[in-house]
Amino acid sequence: MIPAALILLTSLLFPGIITKVKAMVSGRKGPGLLQPLYDIYRLLRKGNVYSTTTSIIFQISPVIYFATILFSVSFIPFGDAPGLLSFQGDLFLFVYLLGLGKFFLIINALDAGSGFEGMGANREALYSMLVEPAFVILFGTFAMMAGYDSFYGIFSHWHLNSSTYLVLSLLASYILIQIAMIENSRLPVDDPKTHLELTMVHEVIVLDNSGFDLGLIQLGNAFKFGIFGALVANFILPEHQSLWIRALIFIGVIFVFAVIVGLMESFRARSKMEKNPQFILTLSSIAAIAFLVALIITNKLI
Amino acid sequence: MVNIFEAITVLTLLVYFVPVRWKQPLCLVLSLGLAFITTSWAIESFTSETVNQQLSMPFWFHNSVLVIDKLTAFFLVVINFGTLTSILFSRGYMKMYESTKRSQDFSLHYFFLLWLQIAMTLVVTLQEGLPFLVAWEIMSLSSFMLVIFESEKKEILNTGIYYLIQMHVALFFVLAAFALVEAKTGISGFDGLAIYFKTYPSIPMFLLFFAGFGIKAGFIPLHSWLPHAHPAAPSHISGIMSGTMIKMGIYGILRVVSFLNESLMEIGTIVLIVSLISSVFGVFFAIFQHDLKKMLAYHSIENIGIIGIGIGTGLIGKALGNPVICLLGFSGAILHVLNHSLFKSLLFYCAGSVYNQCHTRDVNELGGLIKKMPTTSMLFLLASVAICGLPPFNGFISEFLIYKGFFSGLDKNIFISLLFLGGIIGLTVTGGLAIFCFTKAFGIVFLGAARTKKTNHAHEVPSSMLLPKFLIAIPIVLIGIGSFTLIPFIEGIATMYLPNGTVAPINLISPILQPLSIALGLFILLLIVLFVWRAFQQKSVVITTGPTWGCGYAGLTPEHQYTSTTFADNLKNLSMSLSGMKTHYHPIEKEDIFPAEKRKYETHQVDELEKILILNPSKLLLTVMLKFTFLRSGKIQHYILYGLGFILVVALLTIVNAL
Repeated sequence: MIPAALILLTSLLFPGIITKVKAMVSGRKGPGLLQPLYDIYRLLRKGNVYSTTTSIIFQISPVIYFATILFSVSFIPFGDAPGLLSFQGDLFLFVYLLGLGKFFLIINALDAGSGFEGMGANREALYSMLVEPAFVILFGTFAMMAGYDSFYGIFSHWHLNSSTYLVLSLLASYILIQIAMIENSRLPVDDPKTHLELTMVHEVIVLDNSGFDLGLIQLGNAFKFGIFGALVANFILPEHQSLWIRALIFIGVIFVFAVIVGLMESFRARSKMEKNPQFILTLSSIAAIAFLVALIITNKLI
Repeated sequence: MVNIFEAITVLTLLVYFVPVRWKQPLCLVLSLGLAFITTSWAIESFTSETVNQQLSMPFWFHNSVLVIDKLTAFFLVVINFGTLTSILFSRGYMKMYESTKRSQDFSLHYFFLLWLQIAMTLVVTLQEGLPFLVAWEIMSLSSFMLVIFESEKKEILNTGIYYLIQMHVALFFVLAAFALVEAKTGISGFDGLAIYFKTYPSIPMFLLFFAGFGIKAGFIPLHSWLPHAHPAAPSHISGIMSGTMIKMGIYGILRVVSFLNESLMEIGTIVLIVSLISSVFGVFFAIFQHDLKKMLAYHSIENIGIIGIGIGTGLIGKALGNPVICLLGFSGAILHVLNHSLFKSLLFYCAGSVYNQCHTRDVNELGGLIKKMPTTSMLFLLASVAICGLPPFNGFISEFLIYKGFFSGLDKNIFISLLFLGGIIGLTVTGGLAIFCFTKAFGIVFLGAARTKKTNHAHEVPSSMLLPKFLIAIPIVLIGIGSFTLIPFIEGIATMYLPNGTVAPINLISPILQPLSIALGLFILLLIVLFVWRAFQQKSVVITTGPTWGCGYAGLTPEHQYTSTTFADNLKNLSMSLSGMKTHYHPIEKEDIFPAEKRKYETHQVDELEKILILNPSKLLLTVMLKFTFLRSGKIQHYILYGLGFILVVALLTIVNAL
């Protein structure tokens, strides 16, 4: 229970930390840490405005999207303690559940019958297709090294004390942070601050969603960041420590992760739309390099 | 029992003698009879031992033995279910032809539909060479007759002939393979294969079979008949052909590899690579189609690829002597045969319902159908989610098994590691592209606003056309959630591929799938809780409606929506010329500041592989052949002379040979 609760709690603060860091870097005071959370709370109590073009799909999709993310949290372990649900191959269920969420988010956009939303749907479909291999190759590498294909099996056999694992941990953290940026449609693939629909990816998908549905989608996005942060944290969590120390380290890692995202967003410009696929595919090739490195380390290549 | 089976094959002629409205029910009754008999054999062979039944049919089938082992039993279930839903669906679907088609056309159609079922049953049960080939040929011919139901349209007849020719190329490969086996071992059919593989090199013989069965199944680059034949055929025929008949090719491959004991690694690698190419390019080409049924046809190629990936993985597992990889691969492949037969026929029936109501298959002319055909739309959505391999439906289970097979083999050796990594990437990319394709298909056809007037008169299809769809939807959901109860049967079939000398791990897969089923159950529970929460929340707030947000522009029309072509545009740009997309339009000149006339912008996709492999060689062949038209003089004395010349040449050759 504790890891899932920790992930959910920390991810609630995640958007707040990012906004705060960005504001501080650009010399503003910025809103309070709890402001995004309060926005979501307000949305969840609001009524909806539905477009007359939309159908039932528009009403069920946000719930399904949110459910897939909330459920994915339960697979994430906590160092050498398993997640709420842990079984052989939970990795594949995790990836495919996120896929299910995207499926519904895309048809949610197409349901509004607007050109803008079609554009966002189309981009989201392409990017999520391109980013998936990176994640799977990365975890294929770990599964190969650990000999397990569940999150718990991988992380409980992850020993930071050897330098080879340290190198791989760094590579993995880099790739995971970048994947998190793409999955959550942040810079450099998408700019959440933009006000021009033509340049949006994620924002334009939910252009017509309102009230409760929009609140769920935003909450889901926050949780998604939390999940990836937790995955990074799992590489760093030391073994054989008391729960409190690990919890503190976990919160620290998530905090640093959020600060890094904030800093990256402050000093980075968004790419041209047509450069995005290249950028995303690069991650897959880095993951493939990690795989080859792992092959060398485990003395299979030579 | 076997006598009743034979009696029903004769009774199929009755279809010709009943009035039109009784043809479909009669066909259904006869098909049910066949299904009842063969399914009872299947159950018997599943519960106890292999069933043997001796036929007493005349001609080729005289004294042939029907052998029903577990693999056959599984395919019998797939065949029967596929045919029954197809016949059920045809009741409503064929109504639109009643005013234009004659009674004989319906007779022919239902007669060959029954014979397709009989032929497929025989294909999976007969073990001897010649009877197998005859059944195979009956299957091809009856499906040809079914494809050309609308033969008064010239392009449909041409497509039918194209299909017929390709099927005979396939037949030639299988025939050659069987002939070689019989020549070398003296035993015809699959039994001879066991001996052949022990003494002679396996790879060339396997490739011969793979080419023959691969054309039927539709592996790339042997796939080119599928995208033509499926759109041409009536939808219930597309459903049975794509869902069931192409699986006969898979059956052939599964049967042949069960005898393999040598060169497993090479053959496994070949199958895996061909299948990976098929799955990725199948779905890739599917994205660029705007004919709904053509898109589904390309998806069949993708799914055949996924089945092949499972077979390849299983073979490599066998070569490694690793029962776990072997079982996971083959179980995934066999389960995917069933899964694909379910969701693909459901998709074709939904596409057929759309065609039935809107009389177009061009997705760019559709839109907003979910408001007019809600049940069909939701069933299409269910099948789309299933075919993308997304949880909680059945497609996910088979892909899960194959993934698990790959991950179990990653730490074996460098070659296997890289090969399996390639497999994992291929499978992931396929999944991502499938999501791309089906969100597009579902979104463009059923969501948004109607793009043309063709959807104006559409409404939900009658319950006779919904019933078969619901019948298919039930197992899709059940296999997804309750996979661990079904999997021991599948695993039981896969044990026949286990490496020699290894002990079958009893019930290996079921314990793996059990927690997965629990997780999926919990996920559905979570969904229900969230929906209840949402329902409560919605009661207490004000719900209003308005137009779609247009960024302040009030003149939005349905034409501003994304179409199938524009949705695929970013992928087209990314893949450059690989997609084979061709556009035709009249460009706007520089001085055309206010272009007045409405311009056409057309795109279509060219299958480059088909062009290289089929169209260009046949064009070349034709130019050579045309040079010899002078021989075709039309005078009988010339033809007699040719005959005489031929006999002389043969006689001379015999003399030369004797020397």
